[in-house]
Amino acid sequence: MAGVQVANVSRSFGAHKALDNVSIDFADGGFYALLGPSGSGKTTLLRQIAGFDFPDAGRIAIGGESVERVPVEKRRIGMVFQNYALFPNMSVADNVAFGLSVRGEPKATIATEVQRALDLVQLGKLGGRKPHQLSGGQRQRVALARAIVTKPRVLLLDEPLGALDKALRVDMQIELKRIQREIGITTIFVTHDQEEALTMSDRIGILRDGRLVQEGPPEEIYDRPQSEFAATFLGDANIFRGDATGSGIKLPDGTTIAASTGASVPAGAKASCAVRPERIRISTGAAKPDPANANMLTGQVSKRIFAGNNSTYFVDRDGQTLKVIVQNTGAERLAEGQPVVLSWSPDSTVLIAAA
Amino acid sequence: MADQLAIGSRRGLKPALPLLLPAYLWLTVAIFLPLSAMVFFSFMTDLPLAGKEWSFTLGNYAAFFSQSLYSTLLFASLRLGLEVTLWCVVIGYPAAYVLAKVLKGRSREAIFLLVILPFWSNGLVRIFSWAMVLREGGILDTALNAVLPFKINIDLMYSYPAVIIGLVHSYVPYMVLTCYLTLQAIDDSLIEAGRSLGASRRQVLWRVIIPLSMPGLIAGSALIFVPVVGSFMEPRILGGRTGTFYGTVIEDQFVAVFNWPLGAALSFILLAVVLIILALAAPVLRRAG
Repeated sequence: MAGVQVANVSRSFGAHKALDNVSIDFADGGFYALLGPSGSGKTTLLRQIAGFDFPDAGRIAIGGESVERVPVEKRRIGMVFQNYALFPNMSVADNVAFGLSVRGEPKATIATEVQRALDLVQLGKLGGRKPHQLSGGQRQRVALARAIVTKPRVLLLDEPLGALDKALRVDMQIELKRIQREIGITTIFVTHDQEEALTMSDRIGILRDGRLVQEGPPEEIYDRPQSEFAATFLGDANIFRGDATGSGIKLPDGTTIAASTGASVPAGAKASCAVRPERIRISTGAAKPDPANANMLTGQVSKRIFAGNNSTYFVDRDGQTLKVIVQNTGAERLAEGQPVVLSWSPDSTVLIAAA
Repeated sequence: MADQLAIGSRRGLKPALPLLLPAYLWLTVAIFLPLSAMVFFSFMTDLPLAGKEWSFTLGNYAAFFSQSLYSTLLFASLRLGLEVTLWCVVIGYPAAYVLAKVLKGRSREAIFLLVILPFWSNGLVRIFSWAMVLREGGILDTALNAVLPFKINIDLMYSYPAVIIGLVHSYVPYMVLTCYLTLQAIDDSLIEAGRSLGASRRQVLWRVIIPLSMPGLIAGSALIFVPVVGSFMEPRILGGRTGTFYGTVIEDQFVAVFNWPLGAALSFILLAVVLIILALAAPVLRRAG
């Protein structure tokens, strides 16, 4: 097992820059999510680490050893593909045995290792089946067993849960996390599903247009996004744009919004503020002046979406629609068209320098 | 496909009849009737033409077993079929692989066209053009002697290799096409998965790609082996005196000796032998596939 260092990696396909000077350090034993919209370069980055494709520039090291020109089969990685890529002509056991068998391990060793890997993914009794006789979740487990049985240095997962339905996906997230902890392997996981990234990983790297936008633990990225893109891509955010005042921003209509977290932007420069919808309080009358309510705006409810445990209110304010999520506590629900007051704390407001 | 079959069986055969009838009518008239006539002929002493006397006999079939010439020629034809099929695999499979997995877009279309081109030219013309190439003082001979500093004598005409060359040329497109179809259906991620597990390109080829393209190899081989065993045009024109095979003997019975009953009997023996070979090979091939 080993960490992975990606340093200044660039890769272009024709005129298209798929990766533009990307550097990330994946520490040994960590669980990383590479998150981004389609075309952001996350899969390209994974394929560079795997060795299916080589970077135009930059360095990739696995366990301290430079591998950017080493072909896939010599990198000792394990990979789980989006469509699982199980060999349809082989049984489950033969699929799992493949990596050991091409290495020329003795038959007895292969048999015990395969059984152990299948037990780990809780498919110990299905070794004799063919892939087409398995459900989607089971195929997923076989693909995982096949990838880890060779004791790779890194486990790479390319949107492995994308083809599963919601309930199964949540099961597999927990399962994947358990297995990863059990064998302690450095895992890099590509996904476009922000919830998956938040719940599973120790660290998240957000990519956009081939560049690394922000990297860090999920809590840090969620609480202190460094760009409007990071704020809106990972979770929901209300964005206000204006001029920095030194302690927040001033909106074009003169309203000031105080922010006590995020970047420090010199007064007068363009800046924006991000506020998570669940951090905003919504009420029908003016709230008591209180530091926790220092930011206050008025608006009008334009829409309410009831989702059981919470409701989302869309509030129109000066040509902007703000989103507020309110827990269902049994309190009176607000009607559409009702004038409301929104308030939140400067602690919940993240100042972002204009790009 | 399975759904459609299920629907068909639920509604019964009746609604499908107008769709099936033209094909089956045609098959009955064009193949089944003449073939039945041939089966009939094969048991006759002579053709019932011009008021000749005839009676039923098993003698035509007995001739095959009593004269070693026929079985010798049948073995020669089976060997020819095997060799041609093998060459078609050796030449056609790599081409199909490149077409399916390496080339993309316009270059694939262009190469594909070159593969199919022989189909669009007349078979006889193809064989005679090979004759021009292979004979002494022909295109191959002249060209090689123009390039090489020493004198060599290329005269492949009227030889076993010439027959092989002509047949491989005629039949290799079948192998390319059937293998192309199965190779194209193999997901590239399977190849990547194999390599990510530490397999070299060669190991991926032998353990993943070839087993998965077996149906195409088998279909192509059957499509080539069966007609090559009975072939007569290429052996006759390119083989000359060495080109006597089972197929040419059958042809002789029909066009030269006018012993149709013997020709028919020899044809059905060939059919039986080929069917037995395919039946024996089926379980082995099914396991491989």
